[in-house]
Amino acid sequence: MLNLIPGVEGYMYPNEIELQWSLLIVLYPYITGLVAGAFILASLERVFKVEEVKPTYRLALLTALAFMLVAPLPLQLHLGHPERSFEMYLTPHRSSAMAMFGFVYLWYLMIVLLMEIWLDYRKEIVGWAESSTGVRKWIYRILTLGSRNVSPAALRVDDKVGYFVTLVGIPSAFLLHGYVGFIFGSVKANPWWSSPLMPVVFIFSAMVSGIAAVLLLYMLTSKLRKMTIDMRCVDTIARYLLYAFIIDFSLEMLDLVHRIYEADESLRALDFMVHTKLYFSQVILQIFVGTLAPIALLGLTQVWKFAEGARKSIYAAAGLLTLIGIFAMRWNVVIGGQLFSKSFLGFTSYKMEFATREGLLPGVALMVLPFVILWVLVKLLPPWPKTA
Amino acid sequence: MEMTRREMLRKSGKFILLTGAAATAFEYVLAGKAEASPNYEITKHWWAMIIDVDKCIGCGNCVRACSEENDVPEGYFRTWIERYHVEGWDNAHPEVDSPNGGFDGFPDNHKGEKSFFIPKLCNHCADSPCTQVCPVGATFTTPDGVVLVDEKYCLGCRYCIQACPYGCRFLNPKKNTADKCTLCYHRITQGLTTACCEACPTSARVLADLKNPKDPVHEFLRTHSVQVLKPHMATGAKVFYKNLDGSVR
Repeated sequence: MLNLIPGVEGYMYPNEIELQWSLLIVLYPYITGLVAGAFILASLERVFKVEEVKPTYRLALLTALAFMLVAPLPLQLHLGHPERSFEMYLTPHRSSAMAMFGFVYLWYLMIVLLMEIWLDYRKEIVGWAESSTGVRKWIYRILTLGSRNVSPAALRVDDKVGYFVTLVGIPSAFLLHGYVGFIFGSVKANPWWSSPLMPVVFIFSAMVSGIAAVLLLYMLTSKLRKMTIDMRCVDTIARYLLYAFIIDFSLEMLDLVHRIYEADESLRALDFMVHTKLYFSQVILQIFVGTLAPIALLGLTQVWKFAEGARKSIYAAAGLLTLIGIFAMRWNVVIGGQLFSKSFLGFTSYKMEFATREGLLPGVALMVLPFVILWVLVKLLPPWPKTA
Repeated sequence: MEMTRREMLRKSGKFILLTGAAATAFEYVLAGKAEASPNYEITKHWWAMIIDVDKCIGCGNCVRACSEENDVPEGYFRTWIERYHVEGWDNAHPEVDSPNGGFDGFPDNHKGEKSFFIPKLCNHCADSPCTQVCPVGATFTTPDGVVLVDEKYCLGCRYCIQACPYGCRFLNPKKNTADKCTLCYHRITQGLTTACCEACPTSARVLADLKNPKDPVHEFLRTHSVQVLKPHMATGAKVFYKNLDGSVR
C-alpha cells in the first residue's frame, strides 16, 4: 500500500510518526556516562590503590564535576514545561524510574562529588585563601566553608572521610548510570530497550567513555602545559580501558546474540532497522569504528612493545574512537528505539533540526559547556601534582 | 430558606428544562468540576469500552467526533481507525493503513483478501505503564478506572508516550503536555456516552460500566469471544474487542 507520509515506511501508529526523544536525550546518557566513568577511574587510585593513575586523580574528579553540572541541562531543554521540573523533588511519583533521577543526581553531586573534591583540596584551599589576593582570595575563603584547621590530625580526618566518600561513591556512580540504563531497560513496550542487561551495559559503556575522556584530557593538558606525559600512568589507564571495553563489548554481543537466537516478534523489524536506518551509526560507527578498532589498537599495545611516541598516538586514536563509538551507542539506543513502530510494521525517520530548542546547535553548545566549566575549575583548583 | 423571586424563577426554569439529575449537576458542570457533581458517584463505576470489529465500517465518524469534542490538534489522534489486509495464512505480516487516522474514511482499494477495520483508542489499562512511569504523577487513574493527564502538572517529559505499548499518547503541541483519550470524562460523568460512541452509526463501539450490574457489557462479555490488544503486555487493558483477528497488533 502506498504510504504518503515522508520518512515513513510501512505502517506506524499515527501518533508514532514524530520522535519524542531527540538529540538532547542522546546527550543525557552520554554525559552522565562520562561522569560515572571519570569517577570510577579516580576511585581506582583512591580505593583500589592503583598508584600509577594518581596523576589523573584530581583531573578525573574535576572532569566528572564539570560534566555533572551540565547533565541536567539537556533534560531541562527538552521538557515541555521546564518550569515544573522541581515538582520531581516536591511530589515524586515513587513508581516512576525517572522520578528518582533528581535524588540520585543530588546525592551524587552534593554528597559524593563535591564532598570528595572539597576534602581532597581543603588543605590547598586554606593555603590559597591566605596567599591569594583580590577576588580569588574571597572565592577561596568561601570555599573553605569556614574550616581552616589544617593540622595533621584534621588532615587525617579529611583523608579518612574522603576514603569513605569514595567508597560510597563507587556504588553511587554505578547507581547513577545503571539507573539511566534502567530508565530505558524497563520500558516493556519497547523491545529495543527492554532488557535487564541495559543497566549493566550502560555502566560498562560509561566506564569506557569516562576512562577514554580522562586519558585524552590528561594527554592533551600535559601537552598544553608542556609537561612530560607519565607513560606509566597512560599505559595503566589504557590497560583498564581495554579491560572495561572487552566486558562492555561482550555484554552488548550477548544481548545481540540473545535477541537473534530468541527471535521474538520484534526481531524482523529490529533486524531490518539495523540493516537500513541504523546501519551507519550502529554497524559502522558503533561496532567497527567505535569498538572493534579501539579494542584492536589497545590490544596491539598489550601484545607488542611500541615506542613511547607510537603508544601515545595509539592511545589518542583509541580514545577518540572510543568516544565516537560510545556516542554512537547512545544514539542507537535513544534514536534507534523510536525509529520502528510498536506494531513492528513500519519505520519512521529522525530529522535533526539545527537552531531549534532541541536541535544540533544547542546540542553542540551543551557538549562545549562542560569543557568551559572544566577550564574554570582547573584555573580555580589546579589538579596537577605539586611537583609539576 | 429565603429565596428571591429571580432565584426562584431561575431554579424552577432549570428544573423544567432539564431532568432532575441534570439540574442538580448543572452548577458543577458550569464550574468545570463535573466529577464533583453529587449525582456522580465515582466509586460506583469502572469504565471500559467494547468494540465489535464486525460492525466497524471505517467511516471515520468516531475520529471526527473525538477531534471536534476534544479539540484534538491536527495530525494527532486520541482515537483512530486502522484497516488490515491479511493475505492467506500470513497473519504475522498484515498490511495496515490508517490515512490521517481514518479521519476522512478510507479509499476504496480493497484487494479481495481478508480485510477489516480496527478502531483504536487508549485502553484505560488497569495496570497502565504510562501511569507507572510518570515522574510526578500527572498521569493518574481515576477511581472509576479512567486514565487521565493533569495538564497543569505534566512536565512534558514524554516518558509516558514511550511507555504506552499502543501508541495512544502524543505531546500536545499547543499545551506541551502529554495528551490522550479521556474516555470523554466530562461527558460520561454526566451520564452521557463518549463522543466516539455517540457518533458511531453501527454501534461498533459502546461505552461500558463494568461495575454496573445492569450494564449489557456483562452479557456481551459472557456470550462473545473477546480479546484485548497485546495481552502479553499485561496492562489490564479495558477496551475489549469482539472477534479480534490474530494479525492485529
